[in-house]
Amino acid sequence: MLALEMVRSVPKTVLGKAAGGRIPMLLTGLAAPLRLVTLDSPRAERPGWARLRVLMSGICGSDLGMLSGSTSLYFSAVVSLPFVPGHEIVAELMDDCEDLPAGTRVVVDPVLACAARGVEPCEACIRGETNRCSRITVGDVSPGLQTGFCHDTGGGWSEQLVAHRSQLHPVPDGLTDEQALLVEPVACAIHTAARAGIRPGDRVLVSGAGAVGLLATLALRELTDAGEILVVAKHGHQADLAREFGATEVVRPKEVLRRVRRATGAFQLEPEFGPPYLLGGVDVALDAVGSSGSLETCLHATRAGGRVVLSGMPGKADLSAAWFRELELVGTYASAHRDDTFTRALELVGHDAVARLSKTVAPYPLHRWREALDHAHSAGRLGTVKVAFDPRRTS
Amino acid sequence: MTRPGFVLEVDDRTPPLLVQEGLGFRLEDFPQGTRVVYPPESLPAIDDVEGAIRDALLHPVDSEPLPELLFPGMRLTIAIDDLSLPLPTMKAPDIRGRILEQVLTMAAEKGVDDVEIVAALALHRRMTAAELKHVVGERVFRSFYPQGKLYNHDAEDRDNLLHVGLTDKGEDVEINKRAATSDLLIYVNVNLVAMDGGHKSVGIGLASYKSIRHHHNAKTMVHSRSFMDHKHSEMHSSAWRMGRLIGENVKVFQIETTLNNDVFPKPYDFLMKREWEWSIKDQASALAMRRGLALAPQKLRHKMFHDLRGNYGLTGIQAGAVEPVHELTVQKVHQQQRVKIEGQSDIAIFGVPYLGPYNVASSMNPILAACMGLGYYFNSYLRQPVVREGGVAILYHPLDEGFNTLHHPSYVDFYEEVLAESTDPHVIGPKFEQQFAHDPWYIHLYRTSHAYHGVHPFYMWYWTAHALDHLGDVIWVGGDRGAAARMGHRAASTLQDALEMASATVGSSPSITYLHNPPHLLADVR
Repeated sequence: MLALEMVRSVPKTVLGKAAGGRIPMLLTGLAAPLRLVTLDSPRAERPGWARLRVLMSGICGSDLGMLSGSTSLYFSAVVSLPFVPGHEIVAELMDDCEDLPAGTRVVVDPVLACAARGVEPCEACIRGETNRCSRITVGDVSPGLQTGFCHDTGGGWSEQLVAHRSQLHPVPDGLTDEQALLVEPVACAIHTAARAGIRPGDRVLVSGAGAVGLLATLALRELTDAGEILVVAKHGHQADLAREFGATEVVRPKEVLRRVRRATGAFQLEPEFGPPYLLGGVDVALDAVGSSGSLETCLHATRAGGRVVLSGMPGKADLSAAWFRELELVGTYASAHRDDTFTRALELVGHDAVARLSKTVAPYPLHRWREALDHAHSAGRLGTVKVAFDPRRTS
Repeated sequence: MTRPGFVLEVDDRTPPLLVQEGLGFRLEDFPQGTRVVYPPESLPAIDDVEGAIRDALLHPVDSEPLPELLFPGMRLTIAIDDLSLPLPTMKAPDIRGRILEQVLTMAAEKGVDDVEIVAALALHRRMTAAELKHVVGERVFRSFYPQGKLYNHDAEDRDNLLHVGLTDKGEDVEINKRAATSDLLIYVNVNLVAMDGGHKSVGIGLASYKSIRHHHNAKTMVHSRSFMDHKHSEMHSSAWRMGRLIGENVKVFQIETTLNNDVFPKPYDFLMKREWEWSIKDQASALAMRRGLALAPQKLRHKMFHDLRGNYGLTGIQAGAVEPVHELTVQKVHQQQRVKIEGQSDIAIFGVPYLGPYNVASSMNPILAACMGLGYYFNSYLRQPVVREGGVAILYHPLDEGFNTLHHPSYVDFYEEVLAESTDPHVIGPKFEQQFAHDPWYIHLYRTSHAYHGVHPFYMWYWTAHALDHLGDVIWVGGDRGAAARMGHRAASTLQDALEMASATVGSSPSITYLHNPPHLLADVR
């Protein structure tokens, strides 16, 4: 089968990290630790596992971070190279899988928790907090925090992969493949909204209006009693979408602090040789970019005792505000079985705004992976929210 | 003999004419037939200023002489106009300081001990110690400032404001408590233009937002036609009602001064001369200055212009009851600035200079430039505007100075947030004004730093309300396109382009009037 494989390459990783920012074309060219290969199809030999034929698989910010070498080496211990990336997956069952007959269209919850690994459930999995599983490096399959980072399971950027029944969620007929593709990111957004701990009327800042920020905005608006939701959008089309997804107000990155200050009546301070920050600010800030700048903006715009939610892999940041303003720094990773998140996500992708968004998904065949990654790197600028691979396509 | 103002009609012999544009100027070739309005030449200054001051204090209008109003044990408050007057700042000694010297001497002779001096800055920024010192003079500053007896009015100090009452139109009158509870309130003004002075001095200068909001709003401003004609200005009518109410509660002794048109000192005095009368030296100065300004960085140009001090001469001083004093003052102002013009034109052209009342030692941001052009210059008329209804205003300013965050923090938010939503003064007022007026951060900066009050940019925009209501189009020559668009205006690279753009509104053969300003002029449009 045809697949894109991520390989270990120190020179490429170093080159991407050193020069990728200045010469973006390197990230999809010389410095990309990715190759298009023909691999043996993965086999589903254990009970509860089945083969899937990939219909579509999205390109996520974490995939781009990994390919450009900007992801922290912290994660090197929870992946097994070489692997096929792709964890936002809509696929078709090739085999019967317990109660699901072959041919069923499914979306994949990528977390490879105890049930999939065939080990005794850890404490987190017993509580249904599968995204906090402590056994992600052991068991029947090789280490990997998720499908798409695990050598044995394969990933969505290929024609086939294997998945465990605990990861599968059938897709209702009324949803298009593109809508189904957004189920996994929407599930993450639902989990983010829950982790944000919103109280009625809370004022929320969402920093970033890519897929993560937009879907988080939707989840906050639809599933919480948040008051004002201020979204930071870099590009015009993102601003329009953010309003459609429930933002009360949309601002450009350079205006954030000023607008938050105005909206909250906070005081603004200007430290020496540092960016300004507020005394006062929003109740909850959500970093949906994962850059240092975005995280610092969140830290600097949140009121004392407020909450800063990390909904993407965070960049390095000055945490003085977290200490000084007694901020709660909350991580939010993937989604948990306990909250039935995927079921709720399958409902939420039926929302008009998501349906409209799904029509803008940009699909690429696997062999045009460099173009696809180029497009994904510049998605905001090019007016796209989600770029995906469609292995069925030939052009 | 001082020559009066006059109207020149541009013909083929007319040299390029000087147009102010921010931190610079240009020499512009106007189309033939353009009317150019020049202000009168400077009136002769009073030689014996000290004698004139003494005479005004001892022979006031409709009032007892000042010494008779002073008595031991009394509570005396003296209010002075703030740094927004005159423009540019007067070369030392400032006339207010010279008046204060004599007033304080008389008070001392009468055994008055309880004296305080307040800069009546309303919602303007606090003056620095150096600025206060420049206005009141070294001796007064040393005697009063260290003891806290010379200070800036604080319109947000709830403990030092007094609600005097309501006018018959239901307007709140709330002013500085010390002033309102004094046995005598003396106001020392500089009446640079016809808009200044009268009941506006105490009624606005010492008031709070609660009071000022009644006349500083879009509705009132649209019906102030013009601000320079207080008898036809809704804003002044409101201030007059307030002033009369204040007068029932506290005795006000008004001292008003008028200045001549000696705005620019040598060697920049060519900026005030009529171009065809420029000497070789003037032409060389103009050329050198143009070349220098073209090469100089903005900071240097800013310093060069803002360091200029006016060589004003005193043309009159009147003291006594507010209204009769002001009538005399307005006559003097008219004598210096009034120019008769026959009929309106399709297009009015204004050169917006580097300085306005709200950017002393600061930057002329786009909102202030708009206020200067569409607020002050557009309103510099009696009877009717220079430009006809539905006509076009062409303004010169680069709109590129940015915002001074020390002085104008709320302007940045106003520009980025409010104007992005609407440029209609009638829309933005109800929606945003209260938020800005009560923002605790702006209030903090107004009270403790040197920031204009949070609501101030709204007032600047309201100043333009009459012009926006009256005009069909506003075009900035040489203006930053983004800034012009944000304000709902348009930008053109040259006058020819601006006229081409204006042709859609006023046709291809419009009548044009250029107000050659500064020095100040007041167009009496028949």
